[in-house]
Amino acid sequence: MITASAPRKRRLHRDIAFPIVNTLLLVLLMFVTLYPVINTVAYSFNDGTDALRGNVGLWPRVFSLKSYESILKDNAVYQAAFISGSKTIITTLLNLFWTGMLAFTLSRREYVLRRFITTVLVLTMYVNAGLIPNYLLISKTLHLSKSYWVYIIPTMFSCFNMIVIRTYIGGLPDALVESARIDGAGDIRVYWQIIFPLCMPVLATVALFVAVGSWNSWFDTHLYCGGQKELHSLQYLLKMKLATTQASANAAKTSAEALKSTTMTTPITIRCAITVISTVPILVVYPFLQKYFVTGMALGSVKG
Amino acid sequence: MTGITRESKKALTPVSKKGFFRTLAGQWQLMLMSVPMLLYVLLFNYGPMWGWITAFQDYKPKLGITGSKWVGLKNFEWLFGRADFLNSIRNTLAMSVINLAFGTISSILLAILLNEVRSRSFKRTVQTVTYLPHFLSMVIVVGMAQNIFASDGAVNGLLKGLHLIKEPVFFLGEGRYFWWLVGIINVWKEVGWNTIIYISAMTSIDPSLYEAAAIDGAGRFHRILHVTLPGIKSTFVILLIMNIGHLMEAGFEIQYLLGSSVVMDWSQTIDIFVLQYGISKQQYGVATAAGMFKSIVAIILLITANTVARRLDEDTLI
Repeated sequence: MITASAPRKRRLHRDIAFPIVNTLLLVLLMFVTLYPVINTVAYSFNDGTDALRGNVGLWPRVFSLKSYESILKDNAVYQAAFISGSKTIITTLLNLFWTGMLAFTLSRREYVLRRFITTVLVLTMYVNAGLIPNYLLISKTLHLSKSYWVYIIPTMFSCFNMIVIRTYIGGLPDALVESARIDGAGDIRVYWQIIFPLCMPVLATVALFVAVGSWNSWFDTHLYCGGQKELHSLQYLLKMKLATTQASANAAKTSAEALKSTTMTTPITIRCAITVISTVPILVVYPFLQKYFVTGMALGSVKG
Repeated sequence: MTGITRESKKALTPVSKKGFFRTLAGQWQLMLMSVPMLLYVLLFNYGPMWGWITAFQDYKPKLGITGSKWVGLKNFEWLFGRADFLNSIRNTLAMSVINLAFGTISSILLAILLNEVRSRSFKRTVQTVTYLPHFLSMVIVVGMAQNIFASDGAVNGLLKGLHLIKEPVFFLGEGRYFWWLVGIINVWKEVGWNTIIYISAMTSIDPSLYEAAAIDGAGRFHRILHVTLPGIKSTFVILLIMNIGHLMEAGFEIQYLLGSSVVMDWSQTIDIFVLQYGISKQQYGVATAAGMFKSIVAIILLITANTVARRLDEDTLI
């Protein structure tokens, strides 16, 4: 009896222990994931001078709204928010418009250009001309630099997104298209009246990918519009703050006292406040779209 | 990737007896919906390849591609004679190997842990939280990392609290930490997101396998070891091979934003080298040559990886 019950007991023990350890590990992971985020929020609500002492944890040490006040007085922030918001909306709509139609045509077996176009598009996932040739094309040949269009025109297509949509359309019943064609509808009408409304879940996924990509980009500004203050995006503003915080953090080490007496809002709290402001839009839409993008990723990874 | 080529091979393109051009004319609406994008891609993705010519020139923007002087392979010779270029190759490879190892191991571990969670709402909460950093921009992530890894930041505080160190460690100011920092930050940002593929592979494992294993007396660890891990093996191999194909892509933003002149020797990747010489110093020919070298190695790696993947796909994996 003893020999028989000992392993069972051990197994029972293990079966209770594992879920507890597992839960603890996952809670710890969530804490590690959220700590830097909450820490940034805490910094943004902290008093600037006090923040120089460093190590603000999960809660502001000395509460202050000064950083937000000074940001909300700054016209550059409004301008950057407008640039970021408008380019995100326009890019997303254009992407959905073109990529959706393209994916539809490439899901149609009878389309004679299907294989050719698919090959040309898929190759773009493998071969990239590189930074300098792209730069020369966009700024020297097409003269798009120093203009708002540099945010819109070069970012209208992504092969990965096209594959995600095409896979989704491929999962719809063929009879939908066939019966509509027999009834005399042209392909354009078939797409917009039948397929497009059915694609809402996958289009939501792709919209999220495109919108986040556009909202988060800063390098295009850096490369093409660095000198154009009116074209700076929020992320580029943040990128510049990142550079100045580093510089002033070094300065603070040498003359911390001098800085403490003169500045009420230091760049670090301002930077954190802009971070919070620029993240809020993503946080707002993200939970609603979660169930879509997980399916979208699974679709894309099967074929991509 | 393999899926597309296989599918298009299988697909019967029903070119009717009417002939190619008449069929095409009948499909003008499909063409209207796809050809503008085709032209767009030809211009923006294939057009720049014309610029590769500058890799063999002493390119001056004023003279253009037709007017600039040809120098043969001189740009490449110059590159491989430079210590900082060779250094940037080393850094690129080191960081992408670290990213690959850290990223793969962490996301498989997390996927296994999530797969063992019984409570649906808890699982969903963990997923919602861990997917979140994927959507933050690199500018924001690096800003957070600077707070966390600062000499008076949370990590140093923790290490001091555990009495592991006495003096704060300058994580951001010393080159030897740089690669590992990049690896850790990338794990933090992407671990949740990368589990999506593994979890979807795990959900396609036949539940009767788990039941059979349980009846045979396999405990949880044995079930993970003998059912879950073999179940995701094919996904793992395919992803690993694809990632090897991307070894020349160590990422660019994180090194650019997190790096500083102090840690240059460890942070400069090929992309940053290209940016410095091409955009800041306006040595277009040299920078294009460096970028072209990277692209060509990447293509070779990708083709090799793809071939291996397809062969495995046919033989061992099914």
